[in-house]
Amino acid sequence: MATMQTKIVLDKQDINRTLTRIAHEISERSRGMEHLVLIGIRRRGVAIAQRLSQKLHDITGVPVPVGALDITLYRDDLSEIDAQPVLKKTEIPFSVKGKRIILCDDVLYTGRTIRAALDGIIDLGRPMSIQLAVLIDRGHRELPIQANYVGKAISTTSDEQIEVFLEEDDQIDQVIVKKAA
Amino acid sequence: MELRNKDLLAIRDLSPEEILFILDTAESMKEISTRDIKKVPTLRGKTVINLFYEPSTRTRTSFEIAGKRLSADVINISSASSSTTKGETLKDTGRNLQAMNPDLIVIRHAAAGAPKILADALPVPVINAGDGAHEHPTQALLDAFTIREKKKTLAGITVAIIGDITHSRVARSNIALLKKMGAEVRLSGPYTMVPPHIEALGVSFIPDIGEAIRDADVIMMLRIQLERQQHGLFPTVREYARFFGLNREKLQRAKPDVLIMHPGPLNRGVEISPDVADGPYSIILDQVTNGVAVRMALLYLLIGK
Repeated sequence: MATMQTKIVLDKQDINRTLTRIAHEISERSRGMEHLVLIGIRRRGVAIAQRLSQKLHDITGVPVPVGALDITLYRDDLSEIDAQPVLKKTEIPFSVKGKRIILCDDVLYTGRTIRAALDGIIDLGRPMSIQLAVLIDRGHRELPIQANYVGKAISTTSDEQIEVFLEEDDQIDQVIVKKAA
Repeated sequence: MELRNKDLLAIRDLSPEEILFILDTAESMKEISTRDIKKVPTLRGKTVINLFYEPSTRTRTSFEIAGKRLSADVINISSASSSTTKGETLKDTGRNLQAMNPDLIVIRHAAAGAPKILADALPVPVINAGDGAHEHPTQALLDAFTIREKKKTLAGITVAIIGDITHSRVARSNIALLKKMGAEVRLSGPYTMVPPHIEALGVSFIPDIGEAIRDADVIMMLRIQLERQQHGLFPTVREYARFFGLNREKLQRAKPDVLIMHPGPLNRGVEISPDVADGPYSIILDQVTNGVAVRMALLYLLIGK
């Protein structure tokens, strides 16, 4: 078995600083915060959306609603994966109609997850706009999709793995890159 | 996780983990039916055939809606308009349908075991939507979903099933499922409608309905199947209603938070009085709503990959 080389690319403080910067960028570019909502892609996108919502509230004093989107039913690779992914609920406690949505996820890679999420949101109604915020952009897109807000861009090879751990789901805040040695 | 079998023929074939997996998946499906646009693309390009040899409104419509909300193409075949009337055997009908490459067949048949014959003969997944007096597994799953939604658990719940146990596939599937999930099951009904040695299934038989419903968390009333009553199992419908029909007076002995269920169609004034069927304890229409979510979950788990 190949041993794995592991490198920490973001620690707890880095993640916090990064998300704070993204929150400032969002508030700068979203004058008025009107109709602004955050939708996190399950799983870790939800924690990111919640943290951004908290930070935006701290910065602007305006509460920003958060929703959670499960994209399993919109995936294009259900036939290619072994075990069926367990469905989690889509919980979006507001209408998306006329909203300025910021879609949140942990890692942007092929872009297929985002494609599925866009279809999923548009099936719920017609938003005014959808922007994308990600903690990590690791490149290797297979679809013409890019993020509006990027925490950290990391150039990777496709045999490397990026793993994001967030306290809400994993008890620790950390982003690591793994590579077969 | 995944379901181990190609088909869903009986609750007996499911493990408790698989049952929970189906119910959890159905919870996520339920939200889709509350949207403005009640459709997701998951089963686009899949073909589901509803093969119904017995009349049905609820179950057939429920499967059809479930398939359509997942974007499957759903075809309905009812016995009156099928080649069965020209003498074709079930296997031949199945082979002919298979030749048109469906992805799943839902079958309801008056003969116990008919879905098994079809499932063994064909590579396509088969769901049993009720076979004779044998099983109706999707009904038991939607009942379990509805109970769990209201009571948060199935383990330790006491369920009284009342009526014509002998002829009821709903009762058989529910007994199997509830026992598997750790619930206590009591049966009540006329002696002529309860099979001997029913205790072998791990349930108790309490002839007096008042005793049976006392302390029960859930009362499940069964339909008196007037179409199957050739042998006069009770003297008159009025007498049945008096002794075994659930009405407000009998309900006074039940728990204050009791849930009343019925698989439908209702014989109002026979096994259940209208004021009870429409009353505050009744979750009969929740069962129907949840039926769509449970069947969506099953279609997704059996052919969604």
